[in-house]
Amino acid sequence: MNIDQNKLKWIYKKLFTIRFFEEKIKKIAKEKLVPGYLHTCIGSEAICVGVMSALNEDDWISSTYRNHGHAIAKNCELKEITSEIFGRKTGICKGKGGSMHISDFNKGMLGSFGIVAAGPPVVLGAALQEKINKGSKNSVTFFGDGAIHNGAFHEAAGLAKLWDIPMLFVCENNGYAEATATDWHLNTKNLSDISRAYNMISYRGDGNNVFEVREITQNALNESIKKNTPIFLEFKNYRFSGQYEGDTQLYQPLEEINEAKKTDPIKIAIEKANDYKLSSIEINNFKKQALDEVEEAFKFAETQPWPEPEDSLNDVYVNYPKNLILKV
Amino acid sequence: MTILTVKEAINQALVESFTNDKNVILMGEDIAGGKGREQYQGTQDAWGGPFGVTQGLLTKFGPERVRDTTIAEAGFFGAAVGAAMTGLRPIVELMYVDFAGVCFDQLMNQAAKMRYMFGGKQNVPMVVRTVVGAGFRAGSEHSQTLYSLYTHIPGLKVVAPYDAIDAKGLLLSSIIDNDPVIFMEHKRLYMSKCEVPENLKPIPLGKGRIRKKGKDITIVAIQRMNLFAEEAANILVDEGVECEIIDPRTYSPLDEALLYESVKKTGKVIIIDESNPKCSLASEISSLISENCFSDLKAPILKLTAPHTPVPFSPPMEDFYIPSTKKIIKSIKTILKY
Repeated sequence: MNIDQNKLKWIYKKLFTIRFFEEKIKKIAKEKLVPGYLHTCIGSEAICVGVMSALNEDDWISSTYRNHGHAIAKNCELKEITSEIFGRKTGICKGKGGSMHISDFNKGMLGSFGIVAAGPPVVLGAALQEKINKGSKNSVTFFGDGAIHNGAFHEAAGLAKLWDIPMLFVCENNGYAEATATDWHLNTKNLSDISRAYNMISYRGDGNNVFEVREITQNALNESIKKNTPIFLEFKNYRFSGQYEGDTQLYQPLEEINEAKKTDPIKIAIEKANDYKLSSIEINNFKKQALDEVEEAFKFAETQPWPEPEDSLNDVYVNYPKNLILKV
Repeated sequence: MTILTVKEAINQALVESFTNDKNVILMGEDIAGGKGREQYQGTQDAWGGPFGVTQGLLTKFGPERVRDTTIAEAGFFGAAVGAAMTGLRPIVELMYVDFAGVCFDQLMNQAAKMRYMFGGKQNVPMVVRTVVGAGFRAGSEHSQTLYSLYTHIPGLKVVAPYDAIDAKGLLLSSIIDNDPVIFMEHKRLYMSKCEVPENLKPIPLGKGRIRKKGKDITIVAIQRMNLFAEEAANILVDEGVECEIIDPRTYSPLDEALLYESVKKTGKVIIIDESNPKCSLASEISSLISENCFSDLKAPILKLTAPHTPVPFSPPMEDFYIPSTKKIIKSIKTILKY
């Protein structure tokens, strides 16, 4: 498949940036330098980058508490992401969100939710708005295999199909819903079969192969618009990270992890570089650029000022009497 | 001036808002009802919601903007959040406030927090219209008010009109407001009437209303309780008691200044709320007054609320649940002894 050279570079650079970013944040979390919860996405890089490579910069997406990869692939500022995770004033959410809520509305992110399955209905609403206003932005909601049981997903799926709303439901089936394995919580042969109840078209793909993810997403977007219908995509991968940083991951057998390493999305992408006529020198250059950018973002974040305690009083409402928010 | 019922006033506010702004849409269960398909002409708009409040909107504005939904509150409330953020002004109907349980995540964690949590970059201009209140023999799951449940949450605004003027004026305001607003309609007030000016302007949120001037005692009346407060006040006039009735109208933001001004004058307060008593709007208002008007108070603040029980079904029990004119008069007399 033909890929524009700039897009190709973007894909490799983003894959490496996400991986290096998550490795760095894991290390720093161990040193207890980051406040609060962290959910890293090592193993999800191909899904984040593959889907986003098929989208336009201002298309709508929703993410989850495991959002660093989505935000990076949606071209959010890496420095602002890092600063947010550190709780600083210049963070992407001014320090009010934290790692679980990295999201930039100006980059088309409708939100990164700490509640499982909160995203699908919200993205349905954005897609409905595009339909009513005859807009052209695509709408994509990301969720994990755990969300598949939640009513909010089903309610959004039912309405999207009933109302002929073009949008993509992208399920990242990474093998675990928190600490519960997919085959321990799901009694359906293929997860994507669930969409059949809504008469919704679905496709499955290898979530470790960024180019496959990209191609399936591109085709699904075209089909969804052409047929005026939502489409369900399931990408299988493996969650190398724990549910959160500090999770002992005792429930993930060593053999399973070692087996999954054979299909690590970064490894697969490097193996495929040849197909796209990229030399190992170029790949190493991308790696270096990504690493430099990550290091620079962390250096930036560490030096950023903390928010003033009173900054917490802003942004609750667009318009509300200040003296009713806090009495002096 | 025309005489309108609360129900007609709400319908008018909706029609005007739909006409003024093409981004206003309405979603809810049975808000039109019927078959809604072209081959069944005449079956559309069969219901207009269980109380007929939205009847006629589908016919006037079409199915793109007036959307009957599946019985899936989490689905269409979440959709309203996404639609609001990206440019529409959705109004969603929660058929009864008691159904909050099935879509509370979308209200409490998404609608209310989106702006704050993501750094103030997005607005969520949506309105939730919902039906509250006891006195309809509708049982425990269709009769609550739950004012305090919503008022408790930062990011939400809460509005509860008593008469047709306020219903229209406050709904117009709620729809043009840029924050999520919970607009509570009392089912026992839908048919109550009053004169409404032809070109009524939006009534600002956060401004209470003095329904009756008086100097002896302040009655803070929550939504339908204004009816009984007025009856009680009229009866007490014969005994030489002048009651001042304050209707806060919006509970978040609350017009605290108006309450304090009245209490400074009368020194005596009774708060009437048909909700359950614990952590209620009445508790909140009582606490605010004691904190801010301590030196003006000449008597303890009295809360007259429903008991700490679910709303019972059987008429004698339900009538006992709702604060009555008789109980109000008795309570006022107790306070006036101080």
